[in-house]
Amino acid sequence: MAAAKVARPGRTLILFLAGLGVLFGLVAIGGTWKPELGLDLQGGQRITLRAKEANVKPDAMAEAVKIINQRVNGSGVAEANVSSQGNRNVVVSIPGKSNQKLVDIVQRQARLGFRLIACSSENPGPCATGGGTPAKASGRAEEALAWRKAPPAAWVTRFEQSTCPPGGGAALQSGEKSASEDVDAPGTPMVACDANGRKFLLSAAPVEGKDLSNASAGQGQNAVDYLVDLRLKKDGAARFLKVSKALYSNGQEAFAIVLDGKVLQTPSMVDGNLSSRSSITGQRSLREATDLATSLKFGALPVAFESDPKNETIGPSLAGNQLSAGIWAGIVGLALVMLYCLLYYRGLGLVVIASLIAAGLSTYAMVLLLAGAGFTLSLPGIAGLIVAVGITADSFIVFFERIRDEMRDGKTMRVAVEAGWVRARNTCLAADAVSLSAALVLYIFAIDEVRGFAFTLGLSTVIDLAIFFWFTKPAVSWLGRFHFFSSGHKLSGLGTETLGVDAPASAAITGGAA
Amino acid sequence: MGKFSRLGNDLYNGHRSIDFVGRWKRWYAISAVIVIVAISGLVVRGLNLGIEFVGGTEYSVSLPSEKVTQHNADKLRDVVAGLGIKDAEQPVVTTSGEKAILVQTEPLSSDDITKVKSAMAKAVGIHVGDISHDSIGSSWGKDVLNRAILGLIVFLVIVVLFIWAYFREWKMSVAAIVALAHDLVITVGIYALSGFEVSPATVTGILTILGFSLYDTVVVFDKVRENTTGGKAASRSYAEGANLAVNQTLVRSINTSIVALLPVAAILYAGVVQLGSGSLKDLALALFVGMAAGAYSSIFIATPLVVQLKRNDGDVEAINRRAAARRAAVDPYASVPSFAEGMPVYADPTTTALEQARHGIDPEQQRAAAQRPMTRDRLPKGYLKEQENLPEELEDDGR
Repeated sequence: MAAAKVARPGRTLILFLAGLGVLFGLVAIGGTWKPELGLDLQGGQRITLRAKEANVKPDAMAEAVKIINQRVNGSGVAEANVSSQGNRNVVVSIPGKSNQKLVDIVQRQARLGFRLIACSSENPGPCATGGGTPAKASGRAEEALAWRKAPPAAWVTRFEQSTCPPGGGAALQSGEKSASEDVDAPGTPMVACDANGRKFLLSAAPVEGKDLSNASAGQGQNAVDYLVDLRLKKDGAARFLKVSKALYSNGQEAFAIVLDGKVLQTPSMVDGNLSSRSSITGQRSLREATDLATSLKFGALPVAFESDPKNETIGPSLAGNQLSAGIWAGIVGLALVMLYCLLYYRGLGLVVIASLIAAGLSTYAMVLLLAGAGFTLSLPGIAGLIVAVGITADSFIVFFERIRDEMRDGKTMRVAVEAGWVRARNTCLAADAVSLSAALVLYIFAIDEVRGFAFTLGLSTVIDLAIFFWFTKPAVSWLGRFHFFSSGHKLSGLGTETLGVDAPASAAITGGAA
Repeated sequence: MGKFSRLGNDLYNGHRSIDFVGRWKRWYAISAVIVIVAISGLVVRGLNLGIEFVGGTEYSVSLPSEKVTQHNADKLRDVVAGLGIKDAEQPVVTTSGEKAILVQTEPLSSDDITKVKSAMAKAVGIHVGDISHDSIGSSWGKDVLNRAILGLIVFLVIVVLFIWAYFREWKMSVAAIVALAHDLVITVGIYALSGFEVSPATVTGILTILGFSLYDTVVVFDKVRENTTGGKAASRSYAEGANLAVNQTLVRSINTSIVALLPVAAILYAGVVQLGSGSLKDLALALFVGMAAGAYSSIFIATPLVVQLKRNDGDVEAINRRAAARRAAVDPYASVPSFAEGMPVYADPTTTALEQARHGIDPEQQRAAAQRPMTRDRLPKGYLKEQENLPEELEDDGR
């Protein structure tokens, strides 16, 4: 096998360059030429919530992520990114921006409310007339009932100015609403949307999440559809009874179940005497019923989180400084290594430089490609790349020193390259295996911020191997065909002078000493 | 560079040799002193744990470099302390690099964080958005620390298994682990002595140097094994073979260390001077110290230790016995002149009887000639060029 490689170093080189071309072709298809930067390099905010229990079931975690995501995006913070990390942490990050209220939004328990519908996009009701003044009433249920009959003009205006995204999505986009506003406090009315893009003006909630004692999915006794069974606690049941009477007598009027600012369902009141026990029928599938029951029951998150989330904000200046420091360190580090190799290895130093450039290009392409898979380049990630310059250059040093050793033993350059290669290859495979397993362990055990370091270190090690096998080795073999190198020119880095051996003729006679 | 290369050749051939293995007492003593200093630093001063481990809120106030002054730092301290927030009464304020001032307080609620930030922004006249902060509850630290320790243990187990599988030799594994521990203690000790903050990035850096330190040791041990087994062992004892291995890899070790340290030095400079704090600095310092210690320990600690551990092994004793035997048996054919071009035919030990007849050589006469003392004229031309100390009998031209 080795013989075949010796014969065609040029072919391997061309194949390698073609591979690099393909890699960049893929990048071109992806269309992004700038790596996705981490929060520490572009600024932004990151909140990390940690579950109280150490091992949360994956589906509970996924549910929590979903709910928090709804909550954050429902609060009007655009482009917030919610993901789980390991089996304990949930990370909320907003690139480029920060908002300290977000901590409260993320942390707070989900808000569930049964609200009365004043007007909706389908049925303007009192809103058509521009609103009015609600009649005086005492008690939460009575107030809400009165409010829905005649919502004040200010709320009607707000209702009219709000829009719902068409085709679902719960985000409410209204003119002046800011994320910091406590939009769905149970005691205040609100404008909300459902998944179908319908818009509602809703009263304060006569019944809220904490009034609920249980919710479970099931099938009706003689019905084909599914239902959700509800149990209410005493106070809530009393208020719900009043609401049910009023709505039922008003032509089985519907009410809205609102979770985290989003209208889940609008069931009609088909019984005028509901209190502690009730059920929401008409669920199309058991899954839908279960989802609703889960949302009602766990309106609170399915996972209990610790009350002191980690909260980081990186301002744009710091991010800019860190980015420029990282780039500076990278350029200077690379230049120093190249300079040293050129001084020490002369002609062969050019191989080092070409290899480092090839490694740099491959790494850049991989970083760009991996950005599609969610990889972001953070400051520790950049540090990993820079440190890897040393690892990569080390492979070449091992190789070149082996070649020199073989030449000191009296071999010609071209033979020495092949002999040195076999030995250097094993050393480098062992060494790279060590640093790869180091990177792997680091990746598993490092905490989020530093994980980027382990990742880029591992990535660079793999790329180093590829470069070493498919670029550096063939390049040196190929150079061996040139008289400049094979004759040991003074500047080739392989001259007798540089090697420190005497001229070959006398070396043969004194050779016995070794 | 030329001289360095020449040194490389001399070290490779064994013309020049630094006695790394033989002078083990000296190297161990140096390391022992450094390790004791490091451990006492650790015990007396302890580590300066960052907020990730102990909890707290850290603000980084980004400023133009001319405003990063002690005056502004004092101003920020007074402003924060004067807010009347209980956990922010004693802020720790330091300048950080050229472009930022760091303020640390106890963990604060998000309302208080907003208060502190706007007060600081007003005090130094910048936008609130330019103040970064990092707030971590104290419960997090334990978790981070536990994971770091778990990572360390898992890594060490993997390393031991790897070295054992690679070298098939538990004594080499032990030596490599001792070298690793040596590097770790020195690095941690330097953190304790210098008072640099320990953050998760530091821990990552320390775990990384485990890999690097091992990497160096692998390369040296590879050569040790090569020099002490098979044909290359020749007439060397195990200790000599190991020492030659260190000498042979010395140039590579130096080059590797320089090439690895150059980029790390660049990161360290950027981290310390430009930024003053953060993951770059923490990573780079651990890496820098650890790599330097790793290069040292693979040469001065790991190899001598392997030689000592293996001193009483059966196979090593066999190698040593063979080496000793070869040296004791002075070459029995030393007096036979070796063949050289231009040698007179009668002196050629391989001349056959047929040739003798053809050339008219009388074997008796030749035998008598062979009895004569060795003289200059009987040697091939150029043979003596390199000989400086001629034996007595060659002084006399006794024809």
